[in-house]
Amino acid sequence: MKFHSYETGEFFDEMFYPGGAVRPEAKTLFDRIQGLGEGDLAERQKGAERALVRMGITFNVYGGDEGDERIFPFDLVPRIVSAQEWERLERGLQQRIRALNLFLDDIYHEQKIVRDRVVPRELIASAAGYRPACMGLDPPGAVWCHITGTDLVRGKDGVIYVLEDNLRCPSGVSYVIENRTIMKETFPQVFSGLPIRAVDDYAGRLLTMLEEVAPADRANPEVAVLTPGIYNSAYFEHSFLAREMGVELVEGRDLTVAGGGVHMRTSKGLQRVDVIYRRIDDDFLDPNVFRSDSMLGVPGLMEAYRSGRVTLVNAPGTGVADDKAIYAYVPEIVKYYLAEEPIIPNVPTYLCQRDSDRRYVLDNIAKLVVKPANESGGYGLLIGPHASAAELEEFKRRVETNPRNYIAQPTLALSRVPTLIADRFEGRHVDLRPYILYGKEIYVLPGGLTRVALRKGSLVVNSSQGGGSKDTWVLAR
Amino acid sequence: MLSRVAESLYWMSRYIERAASVGRCVDVNLHLLLDLPDLFEGQWDAVVKITGDSAAFNRRYGAADADAQSAVQFRAFDKLVDTMLGELDANAQNVIQFLAFDRENPNSIASCVATARENARSVREIISSEAWEELNVFYLNVTSPDTRQRALSNPAEFFRGVRRAGHAIAGVMIETMSREEAWHFSRMGRLLERADQTTRILDLKYFLLLPGARAVGTAVDDIHWMAILRSAGAFEMYRKVYGRVAAARIVRFLVLDTQFPRSVRYCVNNAESSLRAITGTPHKSFRNPAERGLGRLASELDYTEAQEVIGSGLHQFLDEVQAKLNKTGDSIFQTFFAG
Repeated sequence: MKFHSYETGEFFDEMFYPGGAVRPEAKTLFDRIQGLGEGDLAERQKGAERALVRMGITFNVYGGDEGDERIFPFDLVPRIVSAQEWERLERGLQQRIRALNLFLDDIYHEQKIVRDRVVPRELIASAAGYRPACMGLDPPGAVWCHITGTDLVRGKDGVIYVLEDNLRCPSGVSYVIENRTIMKETFPQVFSGLPIRAVDDYAGRLLTMLEEVAPADRANPEVAVLTPGIYNSAYFEHSFLAREMGVELVEGRDLTVAGGGVHMRTSKGLQRVDVIYRRIDDDFLDPNVFRSDSMLGVPGLMEAYRSGRVTLVNAPGTGVADDKAIYAYVPEIVKYYLAEEPIIPNVPTYLCQRDSDRRYVLDNIAKLVVKPANESGGYGLLIGPHASAAELEEFKRRVETNPRNYIAQPTLALSRVPTLIADRFEGRHVDLRPYILYGKEIYVLPGGLTRVALRKGSLVVNSSQGGGSKDTWVLAR
Repeated sequence: MLSRVAESLYWMSRYIERAASVGRCVDVNLHLLLDLPDLFEGQWDAVVKITGDSAAFNRRYGAADADAQSAVQFRAFDKLVDTMLGELDANAQNVIQFLAFDRENPNSIASCVATARENARSVREIISSEAWEELNVFYLNVTSPDTRQRALSNPAEFFRGVRRAGHAIAGVMIETMSREEAWHFSRMGRLLERADQTTRILDLKYFLLLPGARAVGTAVDDIHWMAILRSAGAFEMYRKVYGRVAAARIVRFLVLDTQFPRSVRYCVNNAESSLRAITGTPHKSFRNPAERGLGRLASELDYTEAQEVIGSGLHQFLDEVQAKLNKTGDSIFQTFFAG
């Protein structure tokens, strides 16, 4: 297995400098791979995939049969992040989360940022994730976004940008931990030769954070993970996290509100729950307050939350801060609340609601990526350079009909990592989703989910769109 | 423990046990067919009766022994030829298909394993990951089309695999789970299912004798009894305790033995101790219908003699035990899961 025919092309390559020299942080891995026999890596790759099937590490495909479970494709060549680069990213992410959390607390209280005309009022009111029902709420420690998975991308210029803030129910962290387990089994020698920072204490950190944000009067708080059930695409992760933390995994039907508190139905009667790490959307949390047809939630949950008898993680209403139109204002938000310059820049963003921006977008749509403001998972977006004339026309029409719901960004030439395709290496585009926990303080897991677009030339890394994942090695020095 | 979780653990274990039991039963009877092709009439029909739903089988495949009466000799010859060719007759193939792979049959091995896994999936944070992995591999194996093809050409190997998987899952759970509620709900499910399966296997004798009771006391009779012991996984242990095959001793062993882990009494007694470990109610008292029903059945078995069972009719006795086990299942549901 050799790299001699590998081309970095015109892209930033995470393993090689332009011209083909190995980056210093990737040298040990490079040597190890060069030392493997022909077909060895492909064999290990197959072994890794078999292990995923055996362990049942699968996600359910929406719209498929009940039993339609697939593994999230996994590539053995990791993405390596140098200690120096990570130190900056960690500070940048902490800064961004601190600011976004202050923004959320402000939006659901006095809305000073609106009064000071930093963020337009109508943008808040029209955000799909804005929840008027959350006005005046005081979550413990004033923390709203306890768990965040921020999507980072590196452009051709080598700069790392924030692409999206996922402040609702970001998923994927279980793959970070499982990928690492498989990598250790596959490349034990490389691990012993490199100072790779560990990721397996994530569940312990998560549990500590959840206990820290419990209602103040609960001495030994009972934590539970709330899942929509086994047919949810992320069910494996819900169950994984509950098992790793040693807490109950509950469905809405297992919970009931009685005497103002939330309780689980157990074989020995009702048992109080103090902190709920909920993996269901705001809309489905409580049919009394949000969607009345929700079968997944718990009637009365919001009332118990409002009265401080249970903590919801993340807090309801955080979606307002990861609306893609609000995203464009995050640099201003950072400056407004922290009086600091953002450490990690945003991708330049055109808000179709602004007349001048919209004119630019309509004139240059073939060069741009157009995204709906409230979708995630790579659904409903247009990649101009890869789109047909009919698709471009269709998106122009959508932008003109509903400008609030669209933003546009230049098409980024995402950086690439060598990826095993059949039996050779080819460059494939990647992003990086680090996970950030916010309890008493802000913790960034040293690593994250590197998602890779496995289709040649594709820029879409989502698992629902042909994406896979890689391990992410953050070096300690 | 969450009621929903308790229920899933209980059913997960019941279905794993059921799959293993059906597997053992079909396997033993396949061997019997190869040993005694001409004396085999009625056997498949009986196996289908005790393991599943013979009406459903007949609807889907035609009667299991349709040609038994008319063409015994021809069949014997055909079977000999088939056996020499290493192939199974159509009947045996249908039975394997129905009892091992047919997903329309809720008690086929594949259906049982799929149901067990579905239950396990909703509690996989409760059972150990090793236990989940064993069950997942069992499921992937039983539901793969290759396995089905291989099973029809080499059933012995397939059924050995089913037995081994059943043991592996139970063994991993024994080795990895704390003796807390999750473990006791799962053990209670496994033991109640096993008690039920043992009564069904023993009842095989009744169905075999139905055509005319002519084989009683002959070599064929012995072979039937041995097949029953093997189906219950009891042959070797029986031999150590009682040696010669005899009806009353077999009933004593499979129904009343206190040490053999598949005897009805052993299963009922131990299911009862798991039940009491969950509730904390002392022995010889009850606080809910599940404790009352199971305690009563346990006492009854404690004070029953094998001769008495045979004298008053084995089939009827087994029928009553099954009815009581069903009722216990209902009251377990009411007590713990219905909440």
